[in-house]
Amino acid sequence: MTDAAARHLKPALLWLGGVALLAFACWRVAPTAEAFAMGVGKLGFLVGFMVPPSAGGALWPMLHALAETLAMAFLGTLIAAVAALPLGFLGARNVAPAALLHFGLRRGFDGLRGVDSLIWALIFVSAVGMGPFAGILAIAVPDTGVFAKLFAEAIENADRRPVEAVRATGGGRLAEARYGLLPQVLPVILSHILYFFESNVRSASILGVVGAGGIGLALSDRIRLNNWDEVAFLILLILGTVIVIDTVSARIRRGIIAA
Amino acid sequence: MTVAAAQADAAEVFSRRFAAHRSQRRAASAGYAALFLVAVIVSSIVGEVDLARLAAGLPNIAAYIGRTLPVLRLDTLWADIGEWLWAIDIWLVMLGDTVLMALVGTVFGGAIAALLCFEASENCGASPLARQAARRAFDVLRSVPELVFALVFVFAFGPGPFAGVLAILLHSAGALGKLFAEANENAEAGPYQAVLAAGGTRLHAIRFGIVPQILPNHLSYLLLRFEINVRAASVLGVVGAGGIGEELYLVVRQFIYSDISAIVLLILLAVAIVDIGCEKLRHALIAPAGAAR
Repeated sequence: MTDAAARHLKPALLWLGGVALLAFACWRVAPTAEAFAMGVGKLGFLVGFMVPPSAGGALWPMLHALAETLAMAFLGTLIAAVAALPLGFLGARNVAPAALLHFGLRRGFDGLRGVDSLIWALIFVSAVGMGPFAGILAIAVPDTGVFAKLFAEAIENADRRPVEAVRATGGGRLAEARYGLLPQVLPVILSHILYFFESNVRSASILGVVGAGGIGLALSDRIRLNNWDEVAFLILLILGTVIVIDTVSARIRRGIIAA
Repeated sequence: MTVAAAQADAAEVFSRRFAAHRSQRRAASAGYAALFLVAVIVSSIVGEVDLARLAAGLPNIAAYIGRTLPVLRLDTLWADIGEWLWAIDIWLVMLGDTVLMALVGTVFGGAIAALLCFEASENCGASPLARQAARRAFDVLRSVPELVFALVFVFAFGPGPFAGVLAILLHSAGALGKLFAEANENAEAGPYQAVLAAGGTRLHAIRFGIVPQILPNHLSYLLLRFEINVRAASVLGVVGAGGIGEELYLVVRQFIYSDISAIVLLILLAVAIVDIGCEKLRHALIAPAGAAR
């Protein structure tokens, strides 16, 4: 076999393998024909019931659940950020020279964030009971890991020269951090925090499914009770909130980066 | 006026302006701080934050996690591991299904995104109306969490992986569509214009002017989405939408502690393996394109 033929053969085999894997995957997940036909019928049926969306007289409880969702996302993000700040400093290579400590902290961060917040929610609901408090913890714990890692990277990427300049003019360690490091690191950190707040609003809206507070509980209840007009209303409420938060936060992030 | 007096005057003007500026900045900072504090207090009340409950709960959390850890004795290590992972064959099949769900959802969601993304981007869309429609569709699909889609689809199609695949597919179509459209807009306009100038249709111009530029970019987004979707698929089972999440939810509710840690560990391993594999594939895909440039 010539070299050129071999070069063409390898991608061809890769594609063939990929297509075969996909076909196998489709076969594994495909429903039976009857189940599919029935499902499509049911789907059309319930979409029909969704119009027009209606709060069904429970507008205030729904809005309270939405506020709970936002509060969970806000406090969860805040707690994670506050907890991650010292960890980030410890994990940054230029601040914490001990290699073993550095390595250990990084692996610990990865472990925290490898577990989805819904799994953390399951654990915290068992440990501290149902309600938004479990949801706050379920958001805060995995995000602490991600934040610590991102903060450590931001600190590592900071330019050393401003810090040295402050030291050269006779500033103490506090002044070094405040005037040398903070102005460089703060915009990066703030925009990470805002970005995670956006995604946490999305996560918080579903944690209620396992009993961890927020609008997810109302949603899964309505689905169980077959109240599709209220389901549609709740989905629209989540959709609107997510889009508003995304837009506002994106604008603030652009402002922070530009400043 | 003497030079010294002028200098003193300038210094005074500077210090006055500096003081005014600083007090203004401080007032603004104080305002933001107050706003922030109000937000913290209000959300603490709404979120039912209770430090007493946290203090009472912390030992519970530690005890809970402690109970999930397996008993591994050194002299009977293999037997203990075997007992801990007693249902490993079933769990591995479930994990495999989880990854396959993510695969199907990512591929078909990505296909929808790839078909619509050209309409959604400014430089190669058919009309402003089509662009707005495609973008809004992406926004809606992207903003509804997968689990919400999954709840609805489980109701319609019954429990099983198909509901999960549909949920992943729709959410991925929205998320990828937005990223794809942005990548298209960053493509160089020259090749596109050249194909049009040579008499090609808009579809020709997209195929030969845009696609070669953005393909590696799109593929790398697709791989990243696959990694995210494996994570997502691992919890969709909580609402009955297939995968290992069903088993995890079952053992959590039945307090089969050592199974919880075993399944979480398996999920972590699977996610790590998929991440590493995607990383390798991404480098392989992007390196030749980069070298050719």
